[in-house]
Amino acid sequence: MPKSHVHPYIPNATLETKHEMMQQIGIKNIDELYADVPEKFRLKRRLNLPKPLSEHEVREHVETLLHKNKRRTDIPTFLGAGCWPHHVPAAVDNIVQRTEFSTSYTPYQPEISQGMLQAMFEYQSIICELTAMDVANSSMYDWASALGEAVRMAVRMNNRTEVVVPKLVHPERYATLQTYVEPLKLQIKSVDYNPETGLLNIENLKRQVSEKTTAVYIENPSYLGFVETQVEEIAEITHDRGALFIAGVDPTSLGVLKPPGEYDADIVVGEGQPLGNHLNFGGPLLGLFACRGQMELIRQMPGRVIGMTTTLSGDKTGFCMALQTREQHIRRERATSNICTNEALCAVASAAYLALLGPRGLRELGEIIMMKTQYAMQELAKIKGVKTPLFKAPHFKEFTVNFDKTGKTVRAINQTLLKRYGIHGGKNISKEFPDLGQTALCCVTEVHSQADLDLLAKALGNVLRKKR
Amino acid sequence: MFQQARWDEPVIFRLGGKGRRGCNLPGVETEVCSLTGNVADELPKTLKRTKPPNLPELSEVEVVRHFTRLSQMNYGVDLGFYPLGSCTMKYNPKIDDLLAEESGISELHPNQDEGTVQGILEILYTLSRSLAEITGTAEVSLQPSAGAHGELLGALIMRACHKFNGDAEKRTELIVPDSAHGTNPASGTMAGFKIVVVPSNQNGCIDLKALKAAVSERTAGLMLTNPNTLGIFEEDIAEIAETVHNVGGLLYYDGANLNAIMGKVRPGDMGFDIVHINIHKTFGTPHGGGGPGAGPIGVCKELAKFLPVPQIAYDENRKRYFLDYNRPESIGKIRSFYGNVAILVRAYAYISSLGAEGLEEAAEISVLNANYLVKKLKEIRGLELPYAEGRPRKHECVFSAKPMLKETGVRAMDIAKRILDYGMHSPTTYFPLIVEEALMIEPTESVEKEELDRFVDILKKISSEAYSNPDLLKKAPYNAAVTRLDEVKASHPKTMALSWRMYQKRNVIKDAGQ
Repeated sequence: MPKSHVHPYIPNATLETKHEMMQQIGIKNIDELYADVPEKFRLKRRLNLPKPLSEHEVREHVETLLHKNKRRTDIPTFLGAGCWPHHVPAAVDNIVQRTEFSTSYTPYQPEISQGMLQAMFEYQSIICELTAMDVANSSMYDWASALGEAVRMAVRMNNRTEVVVPKLVHPERYATLQTYVEPLKLQIKSVDYNPETGLLNIENLKRQVSEKTTAVYIENPSYLGFVETQVEEIAEITHDRGALFIAGVDPTSLGVLKPPGEYDADIVVGEGQPLGNHLNFGGPLLGLFACRGQMELIRQMPGRVIGMTTTLSGDKTGFCMALQTREQHIRRERATSNICTNEALCAVASAAYLALLGPRGLRELGEIIMMKTQYAMQELAKIKGVKTPLFKAPHFKEFTVNFDKTGKTVRAINQTLLKRYGIHGGKNISKEFPDLGQTALCCVTEVHSQADLDLLAKALGNVLRKKR
Repeated sequence: MFQQARWDEPVIFRLGGKGRRGCNLPGVETEVCSLTGNVADELPKTLKRTKPPNLPELSEVEVVRHFTRLSQMNYGVDLGFYPLGSCTMKYNPKIDDLLAEESGISELHPNQDEGTVQGILEILYTLSRSLAEITGTAEVSLQPSAGAHGELLGALIMRACHKFNGDAEKRTELIVPDSAHGTNPASGTMAGFKIVVVPSNQNGCIDLKALKAAVSERTAGLMLTNPNTLGIFEEDIAEIAETVHNVGGLLYYDGANLNAIMGKVRPGDMGFDIVHINIHKTFGTPHGGGGPGAGPIGVCKELAKFLPVPQIAYDENRKRYFLDYNRPESIGKIRSFYGNVAILVRAYAYISSLGAEGLEEAAEISVLNANYLVKKLKEIRGLELPYAEGRPRKHECVFSAKPMLKETGVRAMDIAKRILDYGMHSPTTYFPLIVEEALMIEPTESVEKEELDRFVDILKKISSEAYSNPDLLKKAPYNAAVTRLDEVKASHPKTMALSWRMYQKRNVIKDAGQ
């Protein structure tokens, strides 16, 4: 049936063009091109979808829905837990919106894709500097899946059967790790924490790590915001048993915190979203993945890696994908991972972000976050019945706020904060870690002003003073 | 003739100057400072960074110019034809980008109270229902970050299903055709399966006899792309499905080629139990030079209970969208949070714009364009179209440059490189593996006939160059940002430079031109 509607995205949909092309092919109807689709399977009706909208209508429709959301900027929000609010410089947005980057595919033809390839190489290089590792890949989906891949890589290295993680690990990362290693029948062992400091119980760690351990994983800063200071001891215990040491990081902390390469981590994973990427309701994120420079490690790395090279004539430097023989399109069932599409554009954003910040900016960012976090903890601790933080240790960006002595639940407190004061409190982690009682996980970054933090303290004080 | 920009842009570490910076951060209020002191200074020595990272120091303008110059040395869909087969490089509508960049998405935290995110939940829920309708599946998870991630999830769901039925120990084999995407066997292996490869027949379709011989009580399932990577519809799909289902296996649909059949035939109706969708292929979202994409999967009713948590759901009674974690048989999580939302919103806008008739038309025109190219390219000396002579292709076609190689020494890769010189992207090369000297061409529906004709003319010209001056092609490209690169050097242990620090340590690459 001829259609009168010609969609702006489909240039050849005009009757004249269609007819001309059909004539050249030697068919009378486009359906002839579907003649080999068995009759019984053919859809004999239109798909049941809303009727097509004009561009103006699409805009109005989607914007109407988006206006139903309350943005972080509408309600002061103290949520982090793996997706963190930070200032994204306008220059970063501008760079990743360049459609020469955004509308390109994976750089299979390097000569015409040098821009993306060099940007990816620079991203890898910057991540190496940040983490003090030798090699980084050009991205994984997120921290959680990067962790899953890191443990699978450890198993490829040493073929062992157990992995050791802290009890206070991020529950979503833990769940993702479980999914990734379940087919390997790998056992995940959890190490106790010191109830005073939250840090790993070293005695317990020693008992859990053995010749069966493929890797020991820590998070720094931890999910609950405290900093794990016993890194050197952990590295030693891990390496003594011949296991690999995997460190998970929030990269915004690495201006002030020692990089994992300096405490002997073998593999580093982490979340790159806070480096110039927006919250976006939790996706896309950006999985960081780096390792030491030994060839045997590099060969087992998952994901795409960009390398520097020269032209065949040797007169010019250039960039191309390297070590593709590890990847699925060459190695198929023997590939180190199935990953193909990754988070390339988010990685470009992160490279641009870190180039804008530079070493001083990154240091400053860490200092600002730590000061504001400290201030928030000090102010909230003044409220009767509130204990914050739960652990005596330095904190970065996140901290626990316990309400056990107030007789109120986090859920009830957060609901009142939201309804009466238009503030979004910290994440309720009472179900994730029942041992910690009624506890919220609050996040403070450079985007929170003193006024925001005072507002939270005041509102929380009011909520808790009220009997019901 | 085309000439790509050549900026000789140095690696960013060579730019800038000490003390420069490109971004001011919000300061710390005086009172906060005096109350807390510089907390970072008090970190214990064991965990304090003493040596600042070796990051470049640049002003904002230098950073912007650097990346803008790099962008000019990068080819994208907005610049021209991008017939990269199996990658479906269709147009990325600007309205979709514009909407996805709005603060109503970018400034939403995933852990916000459900009452504050009803708009985005509605978009995601509706999208999942639209995708279920398009694929003919019962329920869709939006969680996977990319197609391969969806494949992994799909394979894990197969595993979960067999485990649920007490069959997991027995069902260890996953069947894939020899024409499959590399991700299929790789995903299957990650999910713990042994890969069994079945050959294609002379029509480029699954060899039914071989399939029947391969299936057994050990079969977990079959992963299939339909239309397959040759662009040919597996017309025996009914018998294929029956063969796999009869032994208790599940049927997995690789959605890489879904664009060809939208509104025409649905994977679910053909008997597929699990379907992944490459959002960045079929629904016009930008591929970002490698990602982010999104790879939702749809499953039949029986498998819905295994989907990852949370599912985005709608409560009829309370008239509210919510995140459903109460799914005891769920395989758990395959990443943090709910999926690549900023990409998924674009797909929502795309489907809103096209509707059922637009999607069907996109499929039809993508197939019309591919068959038009088949007709025109068949006439070119040195190229041949292997498999299924006379049968229509769907969204893509795979030519072989074998005759040209034999007659002139010019390879598919040389043709691909020469295409770049004429200002177009080249087709996928050397895939599928069952075609020698393969050029896999997928025009999509987003290209006008004149551009298709230009592509045909370019290939004609290249063919005559091959037969008159083959050496010219072996050194192509000439007009891209760089001439042909030494890819072996990039991967050789002695010359490998995978990061700036590795390069500086080894300093083995002749640092030419910079």
